[in-house]
Amino acid sequence: MSLAEKYPEEVKDILSRYPAEFKRSAVMPLLYLAQRNDGYITKAAMQEIADMLEIGVTDVGALIGFYTLYHDKKEGKYRMQVCTDLPCALRGADEFMNALCSNLGIKVGETTADGLITLEAVTCLAACDKAPMFQIQKADGLEYHENMTVDRTMELVQALREAGQEVS
Amino acid sequence: MAKQVTLTIDGRQITAPEGMLIVDAAKMANIDIPVFCYHPKMEPVGMCRMCLVEVGRPMMDRTTGKPLLDDNGQPKIQFGPKLETACTNPISEGMVVLTSSEKARAGQHSTVEFLLTSHPLDCPVCDKGGECPLQNLTMGYGPGKSRFLYDEKMHLAKHYPLGDLIVLDQERCIQCARCIRFQDEIAGDPVLGFDERGRSTQIVSLSEPGFDSVFSGNTTDICPVGALTTRDFRFAARPWELENQPSICSQCPVGCNTTFNTRREAMSDGKIVLKRVMPRQNEEVNEIWLCDKGRFGYHYVESPERLNRPQVRKEGKLSRSTWEAAAQQAGEAFARAKSNLLVIGSGRLSNEDLFNLKTLAEQVGGKAVLYSEMGGGDLTTLVGVGSPAAEIHGSNLGRLGKGSTIVVVASDLYEEAPIWYLRIKQAAQRGANLIVANPRATKLDRYASVVVRYAYGDEIKTVQDLAHKGKAGEAFLQAENAVVFFGGDGLGLEASTAVANACARALTEAGHAGKPNSGLIGVWPRANDQGAWELGLRPADDLQAEFDKAEAVYIAGADPFGDGALTVKSGKRKPFLAVQELFDTETAQLADVVFPAQAYSEREGTYISGERRVQRFHQAIPALEGAKPDYAITSLVAQHMNILLEGTSASVVFEIMAADSPVFEGLSYERLAQVVPQWPIVGRADMYYGGTTYHNRSGMGIQLSSAAQRGDKIDLPKQPKPASLRPQENKLLAVPVTRLYDCGITLATSPLLKARIGEPSITLHPSAAAKLGVQAGQHVSLTLDGASEDVLVKVDDTIATGVVLVPRSMGLPIVSPTEATVKAPAPSPKSKTAAAR
Amino acid sequence: MAPILLRHNNIPDIAKLDVYQKNGGFEAFRKVVTQMKPAEVTDVVKASGLRGRGGAGFPTGMKWSFIDNKSWPHYVVANADESEPGTFKDREIMESNPFQFLEGVAIASYATGANAAYVYLRGEFHPIAETLNQKIREMEKAGFLGDKLFGSEYGLRIYTHLGAGAYICGEETAMLESIEGKRGMPRIRPPFPAVHGLYGKPTVVNNVETLTNLPMILANGADWYKTMGTPDSAGVKVFSLSGRVRKPGNYELPFGTTFRQLIYDHGAGVQEGRPVKAIMAAGASSSIILVNEKVLDTPMDYASVRALGADLGSASVIVIDDTVPLDWVINKTIHFFRHESCGKCTPCREGTYWMSTIIERIEHDHATQADVELLLNVAKQMQNKCLCPLGEFSTMAVVTGIEHFRPEFDAKVTEELPGAEREAAESKAVG
Ligand SMILES: Cc1cc2nc3c(=O)[nH]c(=O)nc-3n(C[C@H](O)[C@H](O)[C@H](O)COP(=O)(O)O)c2cc1C
Ligand code: SF4
Ligand code: FES
Repeated sequence: MSLAEKYPEEVKDILSRYPAEFKRSAVMPLLYLAQRNDGYITKAAMQEIADMLEIGVTDVGALIGFYTLYHDKKEGKYRMQVCTDLPCALRGADEFMNALCSNLGIKVGETTADGLITLEAVTCLAACDKAPMFQIQKADGLEYHENMTVDRTMELVQALREAGQEVS
Repeated sequence: MAKQVTLTIDGRQITAPEGMLIVDAAKMANIDIPVFCYHPKMEPVGMCRMCLVEVGRPMMDRTTGKPLLDDNGQPKIQFGPKLETACTNPISEGMVVLTSSEKARAGQHSTVEFLLTSHPLDCPVCDKGGECPLQNLTMGYGPGKSRFLYDEKMHLAKHYPLGDLIVLDQERCIQCARCIRFQDEIAGDPVLGFDERGRSTQIVSLSEPGFDSVFSGNTTDICPVGALTTRDFRFAARPWELENQPSICSQCPVGCNTTFNTRREAMSDGKIVLKRVMPRQNEEVNEIWLCDKGRFGYHYVESPERLNRPQVRKEGKLSRSTWEAAAQQAGEAFARAKSNLLVIGSGRLSNEDLFNLKTLAEQVGGKAVLYSEMGGGDLTTLVGVGSPAAEIHGSNLGRLGKGSTIVVVASDLYEEAPIWYLRIKQAAQRGANLIVANPRATKLDRYASVVVRYAYGDEIKTVQDLAHKGKAGEAFLQAENAVVFFGGDGLGLEASTAVANACARALTEAGHAGKPNSGLIGVWPRANDQGAWELGLRPADDLQAEFDKAEAVYIAGADPFGDGALTVKSGKRKPFLAVQELFDTETAQLADVVFPAQAYSEREGTYISGERRVQRFHQAIPALEGAKPDYAITSLVAQHMNILLEGTSASVVFEIMAADSPVFEGLSYERLAQVVPQWPIVGRADMYYGGTTYHNRSGMGIQLSSAAQRGDKIDLPKQPKPASLRPQENKLLAVPVTRLYDCGITLATSPLLKARIGEPSITLHPSAAAKLGVQAGQHVSLTLDGASEDVLVKVDDTIATGVVLVPRSMGLPIVSPTEATVKAPAPSPKSKTAAAR
Repeated sequence: MAPILLRHNNIPDIAKLDVYQKNGGFEAFRKVVTQMKPAEVTDVVKASGLRGRGGAGFPTGMKWSFIDNKSWPHYVVANADESEPGTFKDREIMESNPFQFLEGVAIASYATGANAAYVYLRGEFHPIAETLNQKIREMEKAGFLGDKLFGSEYGLRIYTHLGAGAYICGEETAMLESIEGKRGMPRIRPPFPAVHGLYGKPTVVNNVETLTNLPMILANGADWYKTMGTPDSAGVKVFSLSGRVRKPGNYELPFGTTFRQLIYDHGAGVQEGRPVKAIMAAGASSSIILVNEKVLDTPMDYASVRALGADLGSASVIVIDDTVPLDWVINKTIHFFRHESCGKCTPCREGTYWMSTIIERIEHDHATQADVELLLNVAKQMQNKCLCPLGEFSTMAVVTGIEHFRPEFDAKVTEELPGAEREAAESKAVG
């Protein structure tokens, strides 16, 4: 089912925020919508958005590689994005990340065998005073986890895992 | 005219229009500032940082607003702390620019060094080697020894196909975005983009099919490195080994100026062969661009299937003969037929060929006709676009903008004449009023201020209304310049003649006829149809009837039997038939005598474009052994009819022709070879500026004046009222449409374009398809005038429900609108079992 | 002194509309719309000495006065991209004092004649955008947004627009591209946004903190505002303090507060009592300041920090103590800029990548002194040649870091590589 059919209200609301002759502006919110729907952005969704906004599909796809929060591949259900930028690293983010890697048994950029977590290193998230910290990006948005320890992170992972099992 | 300002570049005083970019002002004064991302045809973006120069501006006294003077009474010049990009900064009064000071050089140096950190140094094996701006600039501006460790270079895909025609070498790309911007700004097909960012930025195309644009080849000309190459030329030759010969594209009536690159090849037994087709600058015709059909559709010349010896029919079978015997047989038959001789020539032939054909027919009292499914060329000779006095060569669509109105009727220019599409799109973007009237949606609609969608059969009334009523009428009547393009989309000969007449009337009544850059242009199916009209050739109202009553028929450059324009009715007597052709066409197979003709690239001649510009093409490669130019063949045949026709030199034929007709008065091959300086300046040593387009040294052609421009009294023929077929309920009307890539003989043999040509297909409205129980992608049986063909179904919801679009030149017998039936084939037992499983 | 921006520190529930209103909320906006001409508002802001808090410190009132009144409509864009490493103040303002920020957007819009304003938030601020949308709806209901506000002819709508992970979109022209639905790549300037901005129309881009100052300035007057801070840098600033301090966080203080006061009085000093070795005062884009006692006593205002050869920028003070190796710091900053370079212009795209390969070598002990020299040289070669400031920023820490801490680098690298290794390295260099 197309985005326009599945989320008619939201699509309408998104389009209403921009002048009608510049509806191309709606491409970023629509890409978020597509990502929420499929977990990542499919070629079909790119085409639908392109048609809706009357732009080329290449112009839609060109955004995905530019903006790091868009993904055109399926990976872990949760992307755990640890800030390892300078301010966080001055407060132990690198060590935190290393510990997470060994606890999860994966390297940075990899996904746990159960497909639950993809671990990524990212640049500053504007939480420098609350390091170590990470955000979890999932299909429908993201949330910050600040002043974290390895133990509390592993508890969170466990909770996410269990929540997933309940649903499926 | 813009205000002129005076500035100093490298110590030289230059006066140029205010607002011109520094880089262009320098170029005009022969000072080359190196650029990569800047291209004179596109908006500046200032991204590559190659054009860094020192810019000083006069210091101003704040109170008086006058320049401050130094002790010597000279204006004080203040140089900024930073180097500036010459490609984004406009010139201003008193500016001082240093393009090769130590500081500027150092800046340019560092940009080259930065680029080389990720660019391979594989010039010796690169297609661009020898015509590569980066290579040249590296010599001129680059560092001696790289300080970048080779191991740390990025290793990326060297053969990344962006589509069937263009390949990207990701390592060589320097991210200048010229290709992306060309597709977006100039072609209007934004099918290229950047993916990723930073050092990982790469060119991609996500369209289906990849790089879906008929202008794709141009990106390889303007790519300043060897990153984009055509599938055609890739690794085919080194640019410096190539010879070049000027030519004219023979694919459509635009008449783009081209250059054939050739090379003597060991692989081809030391023969000189065509390596590629490049654009040749003519700002009044094609600027520096070519469409992909023109660029890639030349391989037919090398086809092993070319006819290479005369044949005559013996005991019912065509067999080898000599020129002498074949010419004698044909000549005697024609002489015998006298007034019952019918000569059929097409707009594929040059003026010289057509002139000889026509003269031959006239000499025995026979009839020469133009093989064309589109009419109205007599009207373009009357009210065709006029040339402005200032431009010796002719009209220039590039001058149309605000105040002009352009009308396009019954034509899909993107498919039929892509460079006109591009130029009209540009004119509309400059502010010209564009009115597009067509029975179905076309790509040009996007740029139109008025789109008129009429029902099939309503075309005449539509044109009549258009010129008077509403917003369109107003724009048309009040325009300073009005140009009307008419074509044959969905029309046959009769209807297109009527459309042309209505257009000519509208132009005349509004007072536009005869004005410079105003008038009528025919979107002809062939490159030299207009030439045929100028020579007085006309299509036959009923070609079949003419054929049936003729005693002898002489067909050149046409395949009416293959196209379904002629059929041999069983039991009917067939006239004697002589055919001169490149290939063994269906028509050739029916002939009594067949002559092998030379391709236009093997000889010289002239074509007349749709804008009525006479242009010369030259011989680029040695002719195929055994073939002769069409005009020479006709001369040979004429000898056996005791008629003297020039047969050895095209230029002499042209002279005779020019002497014979007032339209060509004063024209000669020499005059056609005149050139004027053009802007932008391209094709010099600094290829980074304009690209690899060829500088025009061989002529820009000359436009014929129209009768209206000469001030002759214009007697338009009576407005014909054809009884057009209209779609009817429960019946399908087949209408002919033209696609750029078809099975015409010049394309069908090109392996490169095979995927783009595809298989024969028809297009239906989705609801019509549903009613017939067929789906897109399915094969059906299409019946036209009793003949059935297996075709693929496509759907398009912008077309009328009662029609089926049938492409011309795809082996389907469609000449003019006709009734059609479409049937889904009974499912074969095999596919049934597949479905059951 | 009561906070002016981080007012939630005093009034915990100020994020609630009724609480905000009880504390004078939207009175300034009502006043300007009903009693002042747009140009008068601009004059007050000019007189207040308010300078942009997004980094460049450009006088806000002057920026507004450049707006082209021959071309319409106008737009206001609030820069809530906040992606400079070490900066986290706008986030706190929007989370905890959202109405004051939105009122600031409204005042700026009125002053510049905009009927539509966009708040561009970095994609990671998705939850904040949701809250702001909520608050915007509350304002619409309460009659603070919409048509004919306060019975006047003036109308305004505010929309949020989410980025999606690109630091460069904090640069104002890249931000406009991004709102237009394109890759966030900076435009060449001029023309400046005040003439050719969003959708080609005159546009003012201001930082969240800049805008949040406006309601108080318009309520209390320019003179009141100038009583705080220094003559060169009027008013208060939210300093984002991070790095090796005991109490990192946002501190709202008047301009002119010294580094020492910020680090020791507010930040409770350096962890484990170590000495401060270096400071980056404007996040990763900063020059690295070599710290001594005198530096610690430097007042933090635009002019004084510039006198140290650095910039105050967005006042994101990253504290580096003597346990931290400088090449590691530089590697982090180069890594950041290489990752965030948009790729549009050559020096930044290629230069950040090149610098990253060299610093990696240095950090992994495969480098010689020549490499340090090369790194410095490449950074300098990039300077003044990039299309936008990001590329320039990327060189700041490199150049100043090497210049100030040369001995540390020298100790890290060998004078020359041992014979065989050097040959191998050289043979790989392209000739
Ligand atoms: C690379 C780069 C990143 C920037 N990031 C931000 C940012 O995150 N937030 C911000 O307010 N300004 C940022 N700026 C500054 C803006 O371009 C712009 O100057 C500012 O938003 C103007 O607002 P102000 O005058 O209120 O400071 C950045 C500039 C550059 C060059
Ligand atoms: S300096 Fe960097 S971020 Fe700025 S335009 Fe150039 S590549 Fe993009
Ligand atoms: S920046 Fe001027 S030519 Fe590229």
